[in-house]
Amino acid sequence: MTARGRELFGLVVASVIAGLALASVTMARSAEISADALTYAVLFLALYVAAHIVVRRTAPYADGALLPVTAALTGIGLAVNYRLDADDARRQALWVLIGVVVLAATLILLRHDYRVLESYRYLFGIAAVLLLFLPAVPGLGERVNGVRLWVHVGPLQFQPGELAKIFLILFLAGYLREKREVLAQGRLKEFGPLLAIWGAAMLVIVQTADLGSALLNFGIFLAMLYVATGRGLFVAAGLGLFVGGATLLYQALDRVQERVTIWLHPWTDERVYCALNGKLELRQDCASYQLVKSLYSIANGGYAGTGLGEGTFTTTDGTELIPHLRTDFIYSAIAQEIGLVGSAALILLYMLFIVRGMRVALRADDGFSKLLAAGLTFGFALQTFIIVGGVLRIVPLTGITLPFVSYGGSSIVANFLLLAGLLLVSHRANVPRSP
Amino acid sequence: MNGPIVRLTYVALLLVGALVVMTTYWQTWAAPALANRQDNAIKRVAEFSIDRGVIVSTSPFRRLARNVQRKTGERTLYFRRYPQGELAAHVVGYSTVGRSRTGLERSLNDYLTSSNANLSTLVDKALDELRGKPVVGNDVVLSLDLEAQAVALEELGTRCGAVVALDPRTGKVKVMVSSPSFDPNLVENRFGELSRITADCTPASPLLNRAAAGLLVPGSTFKVITASAALESKKYKPESSFDDPGYCTVYGKRVNNFDTSRPFGTIDLEEALVNSVNSVFCNIGLKLGAKRILDQAKRFGFYELLPLETPEDELRASGLYRAGKLYYPKADSDVDAGRMAFGQERMLVTPLQMAMVAGAIGAGGRLLEPQVVDRIVSPEGKRIQQQRPRLIRQAVSRSTAEAVAQMMRFAVERGTGTAARISGYSIGGKTGTGETGVPGANTTWFIAFAAPDDESPADLAIAVVLQNQSGTGGETAAPIARSVMEAILGSTENP
Repeated sequence: MTARGRELFGLVVASVIAGLALASVTMARSAEISADALTYAVLFLALYVAAHIVVRRTAPYADGALLPVTAALTGIGLAVNYRLDADDARRQALWVLIGVVVLAATLILLRHDYRVLESYRYLFGIAAVLLLFLPAVPGLGERVNGVRLWVHVGPLQFQPGELAKIFLILFLAGYLREKREVLAQGRLKEFGPLLAIWGAAMLVIVQTADLGSALLNFGIFLAMLYVATGRGLFVAAGLGLFVGGATLLYQALDRVQERVTIWLHPWTDERVYCALNGKLELRQDCASYQLVKSLYSIANGGYAGTGLGEGTFTTTDGTELIPHLRTDFIYSAIAQEIGLVGSAALILLYMLFIVRGMRVALRADDGFSKLLAAGLTFGFALQTFIIVGGVLRIVPLTGITLPFVSYGGSSIVANFLLLAGLLLVSHRANVPRSP
Repeated sequence: MNGPIVRLTYVALLLVGALVVMTTYWQTWAAPALANRQDNAIKRVAEFSIDRGVIVSTSPFRRLARNVQRKTGERTLYFRRYPQGELAAHVVGYSTVGRSRTGLERSLNDYLTSSNANLSTLVDKALDELRGKPVVGNDVVLSLDLEAQAVALEELGTRCGAVVALDPRTGKVKVMVSSPSFDPNLVENRFGELSRITADCTPASPLLNRAAAGLLVPGSTFKVITASAALESKKYKPESSFDDPGYCTVYGKRVNNFDTSRPFGTIDLEEALVNSVNSVFCNIGLKLGAKRILDQAKRFGFYELLPLETPEDELRASGLYRAGKLYYPKADSDVDAGRMAFGQERMLVTPLQMAMVAGAIGAGGRLLEPQVVDRIVSPEGKRIQQQRPRLIRQAVSRSTAEAVAQMMRFAVERGTGTAARISGYSIGGKTGTGETGVPGANTTWFIAFAAPDDESPADLAIAVVLQNQSGTGGETAAPIARSVMEAILGSTENP
């Protein structure tokens, strides 16, 4: 079977999963089987088949697993979003549609040679930095939960950080391809621009108090630097710098301190000062309320989960128990409803995406393509780790989205761009050479 | 660049693989501990979709906790109702959405929600879930005698106090009442009303189960333990003779009898207990030393949480308390043994503990685990758990128990406890009037056992305590003990 044949088959499987997931939610709600889920599955399949046709025309030799895995992830995401809030799920479905359009547009636009992007590397670099600082601009940025992530322009709002990540990877792929030989020699003066990036990452933390996106972008940077130079020492030095910088910021910023305290000690036996109401409260009733409730949600799932649509997220009168469930904490909703078996399967899907993405990087034959594919894939992996790891208390919790699953337009569109990049690189790597 | 990419792939997979590991940790290893946390609202709310087991008593048959169904949106929820109101509120506790759980509703939650780990119940539960049927919990049958329970609550009236009655041969608790009580039906939506409950003490603390967690000055009831320690030490016999000047001297200071105007002169141990003579026990205490008496108290169950089925943090251990904490002296000289021997000196006890002391004396020295649950029954009627009598230990030798029991019988026959006499039964008892330091605010006690005759082991033991009393234990507590005992003995006579 060709890659495209596998892709089509995979999309059918993904659509069946998406349809069954939705059917499970509607059945739990009304205790009857309706044809809606079938209609939905057909529409879902049609959308992705359209994407498949575009891939067939523009990148026929592209990897055949990436699109079906994406489809499965968005399918699960839509079902869970629908289960939590039907209106939001409709908006999310619209975003998936827009994402597929963006994917198709990107593929068509760059079908001849995506490597033209390399010459715009500095433009991407500047754009990435600007986007990262956008939420800190007075009048544009909005502070949600003490973190500046959002930008408002008229009725539109978006998280520029998601797009900045893609731009940063494009910049780094171009820049590191150019400088990799001199960097590998380890001459100190060549590290000027890289130190500038580190400084920018630290500034972003200060400006937006967003530890997660700083960690994500800096992690991507270190990974790509390592791929470009092969020098583990750089990574160690970079990590050292980041930890050092983060420690200093920890001392200086209350917001960062609070996050770390919540991470290390979510439960207290004695009442501590609660900044939310100014009284003495147990920490699990105050600052770490969200994390603790999310852990309870995960634990309530057990091996097999409660079943899609059967989980408990509200009190008996309908009040939400876990704030930000559809974005930051979607994993704790999933883990409760589909249990250990289901969440392990979900994470396996992410792993599959990562393995295929890295395989694209391995097979690409020019430095820019390798760096681009490796950067995009590692960014995808690290983002998954940071948000789910935060929910699972492996790392301090930060507000970034779970790729393709969390509710949010910016995230969906950015990740479809990421997918477009990987498809383009893999197509080029797999094109049979003319003799 | 391929080498670094391969290594980067491993790093990426390791990071994401860690997510599976940690998900496994939270969903399996850590899940039971999280499920039991009091602030786990998810679990608590999730359990409202379970048709929770009922809690009943059999003598007579009454539902103490039952469910009402309510459809909210897409799911059916089961909310708790307590048809008997305040009658057994402290034992049964409550299960609410807003205020968590207490009592047996908390400690037996796994049984009531049928989530007790047992392969066959797990399979049944999974099948029910597949069929879309609600999970049905197991029912709990209590050993409480509700008629006697009602008598006890009525007798206590507006007074603050508690009554515990149990069968010393089996450890089955027949009565466990704490006054003031509360209506558990009000907890969910009208909790504020509970804080307006008043009684003859402040704070009234209606939610506190004084019967098992109320720490009170034992007064002269502690003399039963001192007398036991004295006989067990072999240094004293019931006939051992003492001289009572009306007081005893501790560290050069006089410690007076309850009534100093009538010193008893030469008196033996038996008469000293019958008439509750402080000076005699004070001198025994000084002679034996605090640790020896406390070790005897330990054999009766002091210094440990008594293994009742209610939640552990709704139980308190009896013993010496210092700064709110249980305290055991390192040396005899750390404690005023003379005052401790007649139940002062920061000795604090629970009514449950004192009922068990009386029971052990009446039943030949055997101390049994107190049990308020009789059995747990599955929805199909299968007995999942049948509580069997479990011996904690022999608290005193049989001969000591018989000798002290005899002293207690005389105390009821012709001493301080005459108000508890019941014709046709052999009753042994001991009064107590614990001084709290405030005049007219004594803690008064009566502990007793009842047997068909002098030779048989007791089949009933009781402890009654009242707070803020101006009278003595014999005047205030003993009549309540008699009424409650009559209620229990009467109902067992005509089953």
